[in-house]
Amino acid sequence: MAAMSLLSTRGLSRNFGGLKAVSDVDFDLPAGEVCALIGPNGAGKTTFVGMLSGRIAASAGQVFFDGREVTNLPAHQRIRAGMAYTFQITSVFARLPVIENLSLALGWRISDEEARLAAAQDALRRVGIADRSDQLAGDLSYGHQRLLEIAMGLCQQPKLLILDEPTQGLADSEIADFIQLIRGLAGEMTILLIEHNIRLVMQTADVITVLNGGAVLASGTPDEIQANEAVQAAYLGTG
Amino acid sequence: MTVRQKSWALHIGLLAALFLLQFILPTYHHGSLARVMVLACYAMGYNILFGYVGLLSLGHALFFATGMYGMGLVIQHLGWPAGPALLAGLAAGFGMALTVGILALRTSGVAFMIVTLMFAQAGYLAALYFGDYTRGDEGFVIQQADRVLAGFDLSDPTNRYFAALLLFGMCLVLTLKLVEARFGQVLVAIRENEERTRMLGYDVHRHKLAAVVASGTTAAFAGAAYGLLFGYAGATFASVQYSIFPLLWVLLGGAGTVIGPFIGTLFMFYLIDLSSGITSAYMLIAGVVLVLLTLFAPQGLAGELRRRRVPWLP
Repeated sequence: MAAMSLLSTRGLSRNFGGLKAVSDVDFDLPAGEVCALIGPNGAGKTTFVGMLSGRIAASAGQVFFDGREVTNLPAHQRIRAGMAYTFQITSVFARLPVIENLSLALGWRISDEEARLAAAQDALRRVGIADRSDQLAGDLSYGHQRLLEIAMGLCQQPKLLILDEPTQGLADSEIADFIQLIRGLAGEMTILLIEHNIRLVMQTADVITVLNGGAVLASGTPDEIQANEAVQAAYLGTG
Repeated sequence: MTVRQKSWALHIGLLAALFLLQFILPTYHHGSLARVMVLACYAMGYNILFGYVGLLSLGHALFFATGMYGMGLVIQHLGWPAGPALLAGLAAGFGMALTVGILALRTSGVAFMIVTLMFAQAGYLAALYFGDYTRGDEGFVIQQADRVLAGFDLSDPTNRYFAALLLFGMCLVLTLKLVEARFGQVLVAIRENEERTRMLGYDVHRHKLAAVVASGTTAAFAGAAYGLLFGYAGATFASVQYSIFPLLWVLLGGAGTVIGPFIGTLFMFYLIDLSSGITSAYMLIAGVVLVLLTLFAPQGLAGELRRRRVPWLP
């Protein structure tokens, strides 16, 4: 395990029956950087991230987070250890007010009611939907629900923010704002971005890891990845 | 008034009204209302699990009957006084809820309904099988001499009414406290989106187990009190019918509202009471009213009220 890694895996694998969804992945996420995980459909991204966050049990291998092994820790304990996770398909408490959504995200960290409201308003301001706090989360537009989910992530003040395909279903204009948001957060926390949108990845990520067929195909800076022939063949297409 | 003050004013007001009713109600309704208040406690216990966590149990009669027998058997066979017997019912209910919770929560959704139903059926059959002790369907009467609690004879209608009111007030205040507490809000979060709740760092399983225990123990305490106040324990209370009742009461009154279980129990009790005065086919009338309510107030009476008029109703 590299000294500066916030999150790393060794030999991480997951089989579904005979299918090796992820096999023998060694992965290091340097602290303080924005790291993107890309790969074609079926590359094993979702399974891999599921094992990082604890939603899916590993068949073999280890996960280390913040200096200790978390392989056998259930998901909610990993969250308390400092991970925050946003779902690929927006997942908020649709029938509860926006402010209550955030209050739940803050719940186990801040017990004082007023401090919690202040922190919630603060998170809403950061993602730019401060005027929506009393609406039901389900009444927000899809793009705003995504922002709410990120605000919930911010409320947890995580060491690591995992964003699972955050721009899926967003309009181009919303994506531009989103890039700004990610850049703004970059200094404060380590970000792991699972993303399809190559333009967004190239503009935001410090390092990129490419998964293909359940294994790491390449890893490096955006420029290196763009120049990598194996990646071009497997994923980017020769452009 | 803040939302919190309004809700406390409403619920304390309800308790005050019930207190005053004691002095003006005719004998028959006086007795009925005492019965409704105890059964409403059963419904409130059920509502913790069904209304707030969204877990549908079809086996709460097991908890109600466990409390009732836990209280009744130690009086009948061991000669315990009423106070300790009531606590025995409470303890038995707690143990049963914990055991059933640990086992049944390994499942979810429809499987949870079936598993709880099966546990309750096993409990019912056990009550029949050990008929030497429980007297099975026939049940046994708890003698007037055994129904004296802290000097109050609970077979006296006035004492009984106040005991029921005290129990009801306790359950109402505890449920309100629960809903306001962080714990209650996490339960609602689990109902709304279990996976999101887990991925915010909450131990979903532990919260659910605590809810089953709170719900089952409340139901058991209501069962113990019911047996003591009305002087009878029998296997009928363990039958599937008594698992369905709290579900109906809560659905009618408004699942996930504090006051709903009481409204539902009161409504259903008098619906059957009044319609049986009109015709012997009273279930037909009751059935039609239930269908109409389900059509036009699917969130129950209090739920509909909250949707239309009083959004702050807890």
